[in-house]
Amino acid sequence: MKPVNRRRPRLRGEGVTAALFAAPALAGLLLFVAVPFGLALGLSLTNLRMGSPLQTRFVGWQQYARVLADPTFQRAMLNNALFAAVVVPVQTTLALLLALAVNQRLRGMVVFRALFFMPVVFPMALVALVWELIYAPGPNGPLNALLGLVTFGGVAPQDFLHDRLLALPAIMLMSIWQGVGFQMVVLLAGLQSIPNELYEAAATERAGRWSQFRHVTLPQLRNPLVFTALVTTVLAFRVFDQVQIMTRGGPLDATTTIMFEAVQAVFERQQVAQAAAMTVVFFFLVLMVTLVQRAAVRQEREVA
Amino acid sequence: MRPARTPPPVTVRRRRPVIAALNYALLVIAAAAFVSPIAFMVAGSLKPDERVLAEAGSWQAVWPREASLQNYRDVFDRVPFGRYFLNSVVITGTIVLGGLVVNSLAGYAFARLRWRGRDALLGVVLALMVLPLQSIAVPLFYEVTILGWRDTYTAQILPFVANASAVYLFYSFFLGLPRELEEAAWTDRAGMLRTFLEVVVPNAKPAFATVAVVLFLFFWGLFLWPLLVTIGPEVRPLPVAIAHFQTLPPLKWGDIMAFGVMMVTPVLVLFLVFQRWFVQGVAASGRKG
Repeated sequence: MKPVNRRRPRLRGEGVTAALFAAPALAGLLLFVAVPFGLALGLSLTNLRMGSPLQTRFVGWQQYARVLADPTFQRAMLNNALFAAVVVPVQTTLALLLALAVNQRLRGMVVFRALFFMPVVFPMALVALVWELIYAPGPNGPLNALLGLVTFGGVAPQDFLHDRLLALPAIMLMSIWQGVGFQMVVLLAGLQSIPNELYEAAATERAGRWSQFRHVTLPQLRNPLVFTALVTTVLAFRVFDQVQIMTRGGPLDATTTIMFEAVQAVFERQQVAQAAAMTVVFFFLVLMVTLVQRAAVRQEREVA
Repeated sequence: MRPARTPPPVTVRRRRPVIAALNYALLVIAAAAFVSPIAFMVAGSLKPDERVLAEAGSWQAVWPREASLQNYRDVFDRVPFGRYFLNSVVITGTIVLGGLVVNSLAGYAFARLRWRGRDALLGVVLALMVLPLQSIAVPLFYEVTILGWRDTYTAQILPFVANASAVYLFYSFFLGLPRELEEAAWTDRAGMLRTFLEVVVPNAKPAFATVAVVLFLFFWGLFLWPLLVTIGPEVRPLPVAIAHFQTLPPLKWGDIMAFGVMMVTPVLVLFLVFQRWFVQGVAASGRKG
């Protein structure tokens, strides 16, 4: 946001040109981002239902009170939090391992990198359908068969998506499969921009591999790591497609999420105001996560 | 920000062959975990429907004994796949092309031109970046319904052409370009639009590629929004169409897998051809952190 071009004299018609250049984007952002966000705040304070004969009126915090007291919505928030708590560390660690692996100077790394990244280009709706079949119940289900094979029949076949304890982890596993390549690529770019001299310096001090990783790689990777963790956290709160397609929030709300509940409120009950309140809650959760994570980074910087 | 790419660090001194073999073995196992669901989908699409699940627990799950294209024919018989595909192409294509034009112009106005209110508006754009689509989907749905845009291309395209993150990405890229480029053109009294098109754009290919890749991946797979605003098959894009296809009786997994293969193949081809841009685009989108 630094002021630029202070030295250069303003060109003739520059203001008009700039306005014309910026106008389409600014108009779009105003109409389709800023206005809807304002609308979300406004609608959430009313009792609006689509197609309802009741007159819309201001009801204050009532929708928020109702939404936050609803056990299903509480479960949805818990599920999103669980999702983030498991997927963020697991996926980030896995992405780091994969990035380190494909960063080796060995033959064929380009191929491995492409294979690990491939699921990222798959639409989540398709991934959800393929994995629904992978999680098929009974000994013939692919995952059940694989588990039976590696444990020599020690694990009985599961019905992953209809099991209260397994359904959410099943969705997590699938999401990690689809998303880890994205993080890997970001971290790989980070790895490759670490100056080689740092490793050479470490080598002259006879630092071992682990010590190099601990004192050179990790600190140098801090920014990309924080970025990927942040993106994954926000994604964890946005989970919707998988749930809509694979479990519809079940069994017994075990996999429901905030966005799934918001869409249910609109589609099943035409409760636009309630759904608006839910998305505002969603927004504040995401904002809080972002702020906490940023504060954590800043602290770390001061300590370092 | 940092010096140009350096070769990867020399972690491999002289390895014993056993360790090298182990290293590859681990990589191959990991690769199998990433590839097998995809192989499972492709194999399933080539088999008679009843065998998809019956053989799902054996190695034939990923390697069919005999292959037929019957499931692919079934898809075309049962649903207007061509129409769905066209819808996705039109919607994603327009968003990507429109987004490149609109957001690069805005990014340029913020980075290089002088006008009143610029810094304040840039602050607004930065603030809007933290609003994911999900947090405005419900009110936007309401807005689109009031405008009478449900079940149209317009509802699926127009709201997404302007993109705060894309504006920011262009803005920061243009800031990093040497200013002398344009100053020479300006002293020649070339117009600002012509300078932008002929001098700036050719030097900003990485930024355009990054934005194109990120927008394409996001909108080709977008599910929540078209699920909300589409009703019939006329403007239904592929992700909603495949979910809908699964709910159409009779449930035939072979057909669904064939649908999936056809839906993802063009993206995979694009990915393999433009792999460098995909990978760099994704990596660059992460560099602003």
